Amino acid sequence: MRARVLIRPKAGILDPQGQTVERALPALGFDGVSNVHVGRLVELDVEDPSRLPAMCEQLLTNPLIEDYEIL
Amino acid sequence: MVTFPGSCDDADARAACSLVGEAVQLWHADRDLKGVDAVVIPGGFSYGDHLRVGAIARFAPMMAEVGAFADAGGPVLGVCNGFQVLCEAGLLPGALLPNTSLRFTMRQTMVEVQRSGSAWLSACVQGELLSIPAKHTTGRYYVSQPVLDEMEERGQVALRYVSDPIPNGSLDGIAGVTNAAGNVLGLMPHPEHAVDELTGGADGLKLFDSAALVFA
Repeated sequence: MRARVLIRPKAGILDPQGQTVERALPALGFDGVSNVHVGRLVELDVEDPSRLPAMCEQLLTNPLIEDYEIL
Repeated sequence: MVTFPGSCDDADARAACSLVGEAVQLWHADRDLKGVDAVVIPGGFSYGDHLRVGAIARFAPMMAEVGAFADAGGPVLGVCNGFQVLCEAGLLPGALLPNTSLRFTMRQTMVEVQRSGSAWLSACVQGELLSIPAKHTTGRYYVSQPVLDEMEERGQVALRYVSDPIPNGSLDGIAGVTNAAGNVLGLMPHPEHAVDELTGGADGLKLFDSAALVFA
């Protein structure tokens, strides 16, 4: 099965990438944007999706600083 | 001294080690610590920093040996990328995040010794200032507040930047931390680049001297 894992910086941890995007958008005329966070998406073919959470905990994310969601 | 594919400060680390003892080159794919008394994980970009800094290096066969060595009380020093690897491997608490500037930063930093009990700081006194260069993109130390409180209580915050501004936005200005036992130290600045007055200062040598004292 094709799986997608969305990885985000944990809430409350400073996200300078998100802040940079948030500051850049108004410069292009896109006002009214706030609370921008930048994460990453991992796509993978996996035979046993029940093992995805363990993969996330052990390698795909660092649970200290990132949250993940299996889509 | 462990070399990973992508390590780039291993030559200086080896040179620093050889000033206080016999430097032994270890390779990431080996499982033999060759009887060394202390281990240094140098800076660089192990495995290209793919996924996250240090994330892949921690699965290197040599890291299992380093983990067992550390658990048995052996002195382990992680510098820069080595610090990131030790955090990912769970040998040190916390994690390193991209600098708040999102930029590579390289400058001489002044760090203050918070705790001289560590195997790597025993030649220093508490409050001593060390001038050591730092160069990194991912050096913002982070740990959750409850864990930081426990670390403070146990004296695990070993080094703090006193340079203003601090180079990376680290929580509480933290430059280096130890494990609970004190035998494992990780720091972002590079003591191996500060071991000779000819190249700008020798404050970093104190860390290597400290480890050598343990076996004197």
